[in-house]
Amino acid sequence: MENQLYELTVYVNDKAVRGKVRAEKTLLDFLREHNFTEVKKGCDNGDCGACTVIMDGLAALSCSTTALQAEGRRVYTVKSLGSWEKLHPLQEAFVKHEAVQCGFCSPGFLMTAKALLDNNPMPSRNEIRDAISGNLCRCTGYVKIVDAIEDAASAIEEVSREA
Amino acid sequence: MSTQFTQVKHERAKIDGKGLILGRPAYTDDLAPKDALVVKLVRSTHAFAKIKKIDASKALELPGVECVLTHHDVPRVPITRAGQGHPEPSPKDKFLLDEYVRYPGDEVAVVAAVDEATARQAVELIKVEYEVLTPLLDMEAAETSDTVVHPEPEAYTMFPMGFEPKKNIAATYDMNIGDVDKVLSECDYTVERRYTTQAQAHAALEPHAAYCYYDLHSRVNIVSSTQNPFHTRRILGEVFEMPLRNIRVSKPRIGGGFGGKQQIHLELYAMLVTTKTGKSSKVVMSRKEVFESSFARHKMRLDIRLGSDKEGNLKAIDLQVLSDTGAYGEHALTVFTNCGSKSLPLYNKVEAVRFGGKIVYTNRTPAGAYRGYGAIQGNYALESAMSELAHKLGMDPAVLREKNMIAENETSDIFRIMGEGGEGVEMMIESCKLQYCLDRGRKMIDWNPKKLRSEVKDGKVRAKGMALAMQGSGIPLIDMGSATLELQDDGFFKLLIGATDIGTGSDTILAQIAAEELGVSSDDIVVYSSDTDRTPFDVGAYASSTTYVTGNAIIRAAQNMKKVLREAVAEKFGVDAEDIEFNGRELRIKDGSKSIGKMKDGTQSITLKEFSYDTLYHEGANMKTLAATGSFSGHVSPPPYMAGFCEIEVDLETGKVEVLDYVAVTDCGTPINPNLARIQVEGGLLQGIGMTLHEDVVLSSSGKMLSNNFMQYKIPSREDVGKLRVEFAESYDPTGPFGAKSVGEIGIDTPLAAISNALYNATGVRLTSLPLTPAKVLAAIESQK
Repeated sequence: MENQLYELTVYVNDKAVRGKVRAEKTLLDFLREHNFTEVKKGCDNGDCGACTVIMDGLAALSCSTTALQAEGRRVYTVKSLGSWEKLHPLQEAFVKHEAVQCGFCSPGFLMTAKALLDNNPMPSRNEIRDAISGNLCRCTGYVKIVDAIEDAASAIEEVSREA
Repeated sequence: MSTQFTQVKHERAKIDGKGLILGRPAYTDDLAPKDALVVKLVRSTHAFAKIKKIDASKALELPGVECVLTHHDVPRVPITRAGQGHPEPSPKDKFLLDEYVRYPGDEVAVVAAVDEATARQAVELIKVEYEVLTPLLDMEAAETSDTVVHPEPEAYTMFPMGFEPKKNIAATYDMNIGDVDKVLSECDYTVERRYTTQAQAHAALEPHAAYCYYDLHSRVNIVSSTQNPFHTRRILGEVFEMPLRNIRVSKPRIGGGFGGKQQIHLELYAMLVTTKTGKSSKVVMSRKEVFESSFARHKMRLDIRLGSDKEGNLKAIDLQVLSDTGAYGEHALTVFTNCGSKSLPLYNKVEAVRFGGKIVYTNRTPAGAYRGYGAIQGNYALESAMSELAHKLGMDPAVLREKNMIAENETSDIFRIMGEGGEGVEMMIESCKLQYCLDRGRKMIDWNPKKLRSEVKDGKVRAKGMALAMQGSGIPLIDMGSATLELQDDGFFKLLIGATDIGTGSDTILAQIAAEELGVSSDDIVVYSSDTDRTPFDVGAYASSTTYVTGNAIIRAAQNMKKVLREAVAEKFGVDAEDIEFNGRELRIKDGSKSIGKMKDGTQSITLKEFSYDTLYHEGANMKTLAATGSFSGHVSPPPYMAGFCEIEVDLETGKVEVLDYVAVTDCGTPINPNLARIQVEGGLLQGIGMTLHEDVVLSSSGKMLSNNFMQYKIPSREDVGKLRVEFAESYDPTGPFGAKSVGEIGIDTPLAAISNALYNATGVRLTSLPLTPAKVLAAIESQK
């Protein structure tokens, strides 16, 4: 194993996070070690989507990205979305539709959904299904998750129309 | 029956939902101390071997390695990790670490190091010399094999269950009502068929995790993704020969269980490291370890015989089963008995019924508890055979079921004869809306027995199929749950429960039950659950018990709380407690009672909020904490029921089966929180559909697991299923909390047979071995040509 350490800075939720990592360190491990425990390790193999973050505007699997690949880039986790007092419309919809069951996959679903709506504000149900096909949930039948994303898209659209 | 509810049967957002979607630290690995030693396990690479030598010298030289522990360093106490009642109905055949390894992934040694990278490196540096033994991989060969999976003399059972380790038999079971052979020989129509079901992985999204530390008082504290902290504490005490008073087990939020976290798992190794080193430790499974080294569903071979007269009156059922418990016997017997006891009573009018068989050891990943728990396998055989019988009779399969199914105010001898591992209890069915479920399901799916198949273009065929199912609600006379309510200043209540929310929403629905009985809002109930130091006892989250068992305990606690409140207010005002009533907001003198005008200061009422301050701050020598506890263990286990209907599309060119529509009409009594109940059913359906169509634990010829990641072991994604439509029957079980029965398991049972029956209707071929992969379906279609 190569033991050389590399210094890096990643901008996580708009704050600079600095560290020294080995080349093979995943962005997922880097984030969790820096207390971004909202990024979940479900498989560490790129198969389940629980570790999804948004990097440079696109959904990315942080387990399949090295920390060094994120050097100098902007990474957003679910904590960037909303607060207890003011949930993001996606979070609002997840609560309203009871799309959260055990909750372990939820941060990944939310970031995938956020990336989808950022790029396609009014997706069809099929587009939603396609977008979340890489995120696994073992508790629900996915029905509520799709309902929630659809509802959030309408809510965001309404707000932007009013504005 | 009262259905004027204000809290239950109402939607209420899941208590933990908001915190979870904000990404707050909540699960075991999020909360583990940063300085905890990272624990890794060296695991067997062989299906069966005897360890000759473990050389850890290189690993121990590595800076940052704290310890390497092997079977030479640990107490040798045979246990079962099942996490069931006491005495456990599973063989005690597992050691913390042993000189034998019995499946690929079995524990060989425990490594603890300062960080993840060092621990991983240390695992690589440990050299293990094995005497490789011939593995037993085929359950059919278990009894005659030269391989004995458990040659050790220490393994034993806590009561007779036919345990014969020399023949690789973990347990046997037989029951018989009437003369099955004679009745079958007199039947006009019979079906005889062998069905097989595969091992299924739980695949909860959160990998198993645990951490351990000594607290200020040198007590061992375990935090773990467990479904049952109290059983875990008891088993840890047994292994480490430690008084239970020195151990505390609690759980934070859990990322799904489905039975996979009922067995104790990593707690053993975290506690081993902490007790050896005095330092905090944490251990988290990789996904590969979850697949290879946790547990799976029992693989079964089911031989069923059914018979009826010309009119379709079912006369006899015979179900003989061989079950594969893998390397260890967790839940071997109890899953087996449920295979019969939670399927066969569906048709309670038969003259004769027989059930029995064996559960054998093999060198496979151990089987354990898994949602559906035997009932799902039994149901698959029974409900497939029922449709085969209907076909022979030329009868609508739904009508055949209608003619024979159990109804309200009926019973089955099976309830009395078969319990979980032992005798059962007599039970009259007080709620059963199967007729409604069947009628409503037929309507929703547009069931026409003359048109169960239709051609669509491009070589595709659509067809419909159906199945009924039942489950239970806790284990009668065995499962116990309890709850404590305590009034707090400002007038809210603490609800302390041992029940374990594993992501199901049980904390939420139990708060709703407490609020309903107290007459308060569920916002005024603060729930704290599953901590052996701080909450009252509960067996844990399994056997579809939480809503029914703990829910009933909460009703008792709330009733006691109201009594305590009335007495305290009566004492304060010098009146009779019987004359005080509590409406959830205030305590007041009942209209027309003799206490009117007798309150010391002339008032007629006091708000709960005012009184909460009085009893804690203002009453001088009379101040007290107002608390009440309630416990419940049931005499019966009222079954929830379901009618499941599906429409599938089969591609005759590729053999691919798609579920276009699944209709599940459910009788779970009162759904305490309809939204959460619906998700329980939807999630169950999808796991059942996954098992039916593609989920399969696949081994190589030497026994190594090939399906040890989500690429090889495919669980359903949103792409894999069409519509899921869940409805609830109006139903009320008088023994349940506000009429509720269980809902956690029933959803998983029907897809196996319903989809298999639809596939038969589509192709005319009866596939009898799950999963229904495209390759198998195609081969079956080809063989017909």
